[in-house]
Amino acid sequence: MKPIIRGRAYILGDNIDTDQIIPAHYLTLNPAIPEEYRQLGRHALAGVPEAEGGLPKGHIPFHDPQTGQSSYNILIAGRNFGCGSSREHAPIALNAAGVEAIVAEFYARIFFRNAVNGGYLIPMESPQRLCEEIRTGDELEIHIREALLVNHTTGDRWKLKPLGEIAPILEAGGLFAYARQTGMLRS
Amino acid sequence: MGMTITEKILAKAAGKSSVAVGDTVWVEADILMTHDVCGPGTIGVFYEQFGRNARVWDPDKVVIIPDHYIFTADQKAHRNVDILRQFVREQGIRHYYDPDFLHGDGMPTPYRDPTKTSYKGVCHIALPEEGHTRPGEVLFGTDSHTCTAGAFGEFATGIGNTEAGFVLGTGKLWLKVPATMRFIFEGTLPEWLMAKDLILAVIGEIGCDGATYQAMEFAGEGVLSLNIEERMTLCNMVIEAGGKNGVIAPDDKTLEYVRSRNRSGKAFEPVFNDADARFVYEKVFDVRRLEPVVAKPHSPDNRAAVSEVKGTRLDRAYIGSCTGGKLTDFKAAARILHGRSVRIDTFIVPATTEIEGALKTEKYNGQTLEEIFLSAGARLGSASCAACLGGPSDTFGRLNAPLTCISATNRNFPGRMGHKEAQVFLASPLTVAASAVAGCIADPRDFLQ
Ligand code: SF4
Repeated sequence: MKPIIRGRAYILGDNIDTDQIIPAHYLTLNPAIPEEYRQLGRHALAGVPEAEGGLPKGHIPFHDPQTGQSSYNILIAGRNFGCGSSREHAPIALNAAGVEAIVAEFYARIFFRNAVNGGYLIPMESPQRLCEEIRTGDELEIHIREALLVNHTTGDRWKLKPLGEIAPILEAGGLFAYARQTGMLRS
Repeated sequence: MGMTITEKILAKAAGKSSVAVGDTVWVEADILMTHDVCGPGTIGVFYEQFGRNARVWDPDKVVIIPDHYIFTADQKAHRNVDILRQFVREQGIRHYYDPDFLHGDGMPTPYRDPTKTSYKGVCHIALPEEGHTRPGEVLFGTDSHTCTAGAFGEFATGIGNTEAGFVLGTGKLWLKVPATMRFIFEGTLPEWLMAKDLILAVIGEIGCDGATYQAMEFAGEGVLSLNIEERMTLCNMVIEAGGKNGVIAPDDKTLEYVRSRNRSGKAFEPVFNDADARFVYEKVFDVRRLEPVVAKPHSPDNRAAVSEVKGTRLDRAYIGSCTGGKLTDFKAAARILHGRSVRIDTFIVPATTEIEGALKTEKYNGQTLEEIFLSAGARLGSASCAACLGGPSDTFGRLNAPLTCISATNRNFPGRMGHKEAQVFLASPLTVAASAVAGCIADPRDFLQ
């Protein structure tokens, strides 16, 4: 786990469900095949209605229309991020698109578990509603262990909630690595 | 201190005499279920982590049910079923329900006779029908609606591919013991009200994140008077409130259903709340005072009484899925569709082949359900998830345009049934059938005399 994540923010609202994160017609892609894993990244957030992607203005595509790549590696969202279907394709698509961390008010539990157990990205929680304080494109820096978010564009600093009991799983790199470290699984 | 049903099941599965809310415990799985959408990824994780020659922890505890993308010409969807086929061969898994008519070239031609195929259809209904749900057990499934099986008094929850890969190799998973919220329904349901109305009322009450990390127990006369399929509808949608699992204490109806299906003869132990069990929330509903409800676009918690949205113009009606495609749902719809015609495109999709077969034999007023639906002008699909989650563009009933649809399914997030700008109203099969006949949102009370 990187101690500090730096990069550009992409802002979303409340209840971003996994159908919006990766619509069902892309679920034929099998993430166990590396090329298909990468393809999932190209469709990350494809189901978010245009007006609600890239707040506060909206209508900001997550991927560069020319290159198909995303330049945003930090998502800021509101309440209940990742609700709905249990598809692990959701955190995989975000990881494949280059997202390293999300800061939301809180998460739906299956998405949260998938993100942590798969070691795809770091789901941080914030006591404040940061999706109304940070703008898409702002340059951010998250200090994971200190649970601190710095917005270099505005100079704001926000205290996040510490990772708590999931920190060792994320430190290890996911459920399997954690189970090996703790002797649950033979290496 | 007393424990709830959920706490007791988790304590037993963790080999402990008791657990407390918030404890993190490693529990043993009784059944792991996966399907064609999450199975290939799960199998990939399993072999990558445990080695190419690894064996699953117990082939008799693994149940694989292809159901999502079956009636499509999509090559990758067919490839994914082949991955499941190879895995069950390699691992000697017996509980596998193959779409034996699917041969990887174009849109498959379905079976003539739904009772003569190894294929089952929607996993959450196939699981109990095939005897894989028992009170007191722990069921993990790579699908968020795995919570449906809480209707049998077991702990059932959805997990991801990585977790399922871990369970395949070890039979174990870590869980945090959830607090239990309790919903008590007093009175028995009037004939125009269904379990779907109850659960939409609950989700509207607590919001789509109102039960995050928590168990939801349903109790009271209103629940116990429901048949097993209706109880499954209640538990199916706890995930729409963010719930970890739903649960209903087993009674005679549960035991009768489970015993009649429990082919393996596996022993089970029903579990009940202790008298001094603690609940984090309790809410009593009087079902005699509830009205038919819908969830408006684009969230299952966007509740409105049917009377408030009556007359809303519709393009399409859909009855199907794990929550709305059971025999009880079709019997209800037939009460309204019998002798009437639909005014809008109406799609009927049985959850499983067993239910599909029953549509041809089950009668209402002298006609089979199938005859009633066809003569009303509805279109019948084959057992599958179909348009419930959109799927490939050739999926039966998929919303390929920005249409307004009323649906007996469980989710109406943007794009869920296909088109991102489509508007989906969720409602009971009775309300959907009434609306199909009216061509706009209609109240089932106006059709049931
Ligand atoms: S019917 Fe719909 S909700 Fe149920 S398992 Fe299939 S896709 Fe999921």
